Amino acid sequence: MIVRAVTWWTILRITLEERLVYRGDFALATLMRFLPIITQIFLWWAVFESVGGGSRSEGTIAGYRFETMVAYYLLTMVTRAFSSMPGLASGIARQIRDGEVKKYLVQPVDMLGFLLLSRLAHKLAYYSVALFPFALLFYLTRGFFVDGWPEPGVLAAFGLSLMLAFLLGFFLEASFGLIGFWFLEVTSLLFIYMLLSFFLSGHMFPLDLLPAPWNQLVDLLPLKYLAYFPAAVFLGQIQGDELTRGLVMQIVWVVLFAATARVMWNRGVKRYSGFGG
Amino acid sequence: MAIIELRELAKSFRVYQKQEGLLASLRGLFRRRYRYVQAVRGIDLEVEQGEFVAFLGPNGAGKTTTLKLLSGVIHPTSGSARVLGYVPWKRENAYRRRFALVMGQKNQLWWDLPAQESFRLHQQIYRLAPDVFRRTRDELAEMLGVGSLMSQPVRELSLGERMKMELIAALLHSPEVLFLDEPTIGLDVVAQHRIQQFLKHYQVERQVTILLTSHYMKDVAALCRRVVIIARGGVQYDGSLDGIRDAFSGSKIVTLQLSETERLDGWQAFGEVVEVQPPRVKLRIVRGEVPRVLASILATREVEDVAVEDPPLEEALAEIFTRVGQPIPTDEANSVEVAELAKGIA
Repeated sequence: MIVRAVTWWTILRITLEERLVYRGDFALATLMRFLPIITQIFLWWAVFESVGGGSRSEGTIAGYRFETMVAYYLLTMVTRAFSSMPGLASGIARQIRDGEVKKYLVQPVDMLGFLLLSRLAHKLAYYSVALFPFALLFYLTRGFFVDGWPEPGVLAAFGLSLMLAFLLGFFLEASFGLIGFWFLEVTSLLFIYMLLSFFLSGHMFPLDLLPAPWNQLVDLLPLKYLAYFPAAVFLGQIQGDELTRGLVMQIVWVVLFAATARVMWNRGVKRYSGFGG
Repeated sequence: MAIIELRELAKSFRVYQKQEGLLASLRGLFRRRYRYVQAVRGIDLEVEQGEFVAFLGPNGAGKTTTLKLLSGVIHPTSGSARVLGYVPWKRENAYRRRFALVMGQKNQLWWDLPAQESFRLHQQIYRLAPDVFRRTRDELAEMLGVGSLMSQPVRELSLGERMKMELIAALLHSPEVLFLDEPTIGLDVVAQHRIQQFLKHYQVERQVTILLTSHYMKDVAALCRRVVIIARGGVQYDGSLDGIRDAFSGSKIVTLQLSETERLDGWQAFGEVVEVQPPRVKLRIVRGEVPRVLASILATREVEDVAVEDPPLEEALAEIFTRVGQPIPTDEANSVEVAELAKGIA
């Protein structure tokens, strides 16, 4: 157990170091993510002004006020920082195509475990750089959070759903990457997934804005747990039994995709060693 | 007991036959033609502990495929293999801790980090005790003369230095069996020599079992007493390096130093003229004929000096390769047409 922990720690530390090699690029990429916020705020500003007949504080959309809408958007930024996995799926597919995946067959190390740890390291590196701008951002935009900080219980549930969002995002994307064992090129498939994910995860707008039957469809998909669900929890829109049910569903999805990725890996390796190599 | 044992080991690959032209490409979207290529067709081989064996053969002969089979990256179509008592393609961790595979064309180190970070990762992956790890690492680095480079990012190293680091990474866990796939490819003479010396020394000292593929005869001559020639997916020769000449090369090269007055023409009557460089003539003469031909030359021509040599090893090999290494005709390759829907490529 201790040996394992040391192994994990080493993997974590080394991938972290690797992540910090290109400091300039990394810092720039981290900070650039904050730019769309401004345009997004102005977009909702204009939308609410036209809905409210010239006064943005008058209008509501499906129960959302302008402030709540912006607060929701800012919160999805946070949840996406946990659940998005840039380059994970395409990286796995590339390793399969290049044959780099052999490394995991020859050495006594598990690919999925290894990638999960390196992704954790990526995230830690990202948060350490993004923490300050995030703090500044939330300080500047505190006026949009009309209800102030949520209660500790809600905050804890929010934290838990963020962790689960990270795991779900990882296993979902890893599964997509592992399709590379069957189709060598997965770029267009990934593009479609990204596009769908952008809308159906709630990154673009709160999912309860969707009319029937679309909202029911979205309810059946795991994507909403990547952005919408944690943000809605923070805003206190999901409470009590509904909250418990949501968290359980999120855990179920994580387990399901972890199993999917595992099965795909096992089958993929079998196929790889049978046909390719 | 043999440490590596191959029985009737065979492996065929399915390759997509892309037809020429746009129309054919479109057709290929719906109907794919596959061909089965037998990369390895029934190899039998036994290697004892502590042997250093070279795999020689033309490109595409099945050398790398065999190494991949033995390291468990791929599983065979038929036949069996055991290394250290394990079936490689079961990929048991116990086996994976006891061998290493180094591919000269593949990079296993972390590109952007110093090699020592990759080494540390290997320490963890292979669960090496810190003191053992440090000792092995420093020993290997010293033997290869790269101790001072371990803290430099791998991308800044030269090809030779990188290869040395690859070797260190592969040897940290003191594997008992080592598979080397063209470890000196693309290296300059000095780096090549250094790696040869290192491998020789290391192998003698540790008594590890090594299978090596290489296209450099110097590697092979310096390192391996036993040579296995693989061509057309099978073992064509198994024996000593010198034995190759005896087995395959049917001729000798005779160099004649002529006296100044001797004619330079008419030599083709005695054998194949390889080179005429006055006052020297080089002839290729069938092995058994050498004494008779030489006697008749000395009787009729004025010769000042004679040297009889074996043709260069490369030449003997090239001869074998061309003799047995002709591309496999399609009908022999069990060409099978398979039509599948595009979505069913899987």
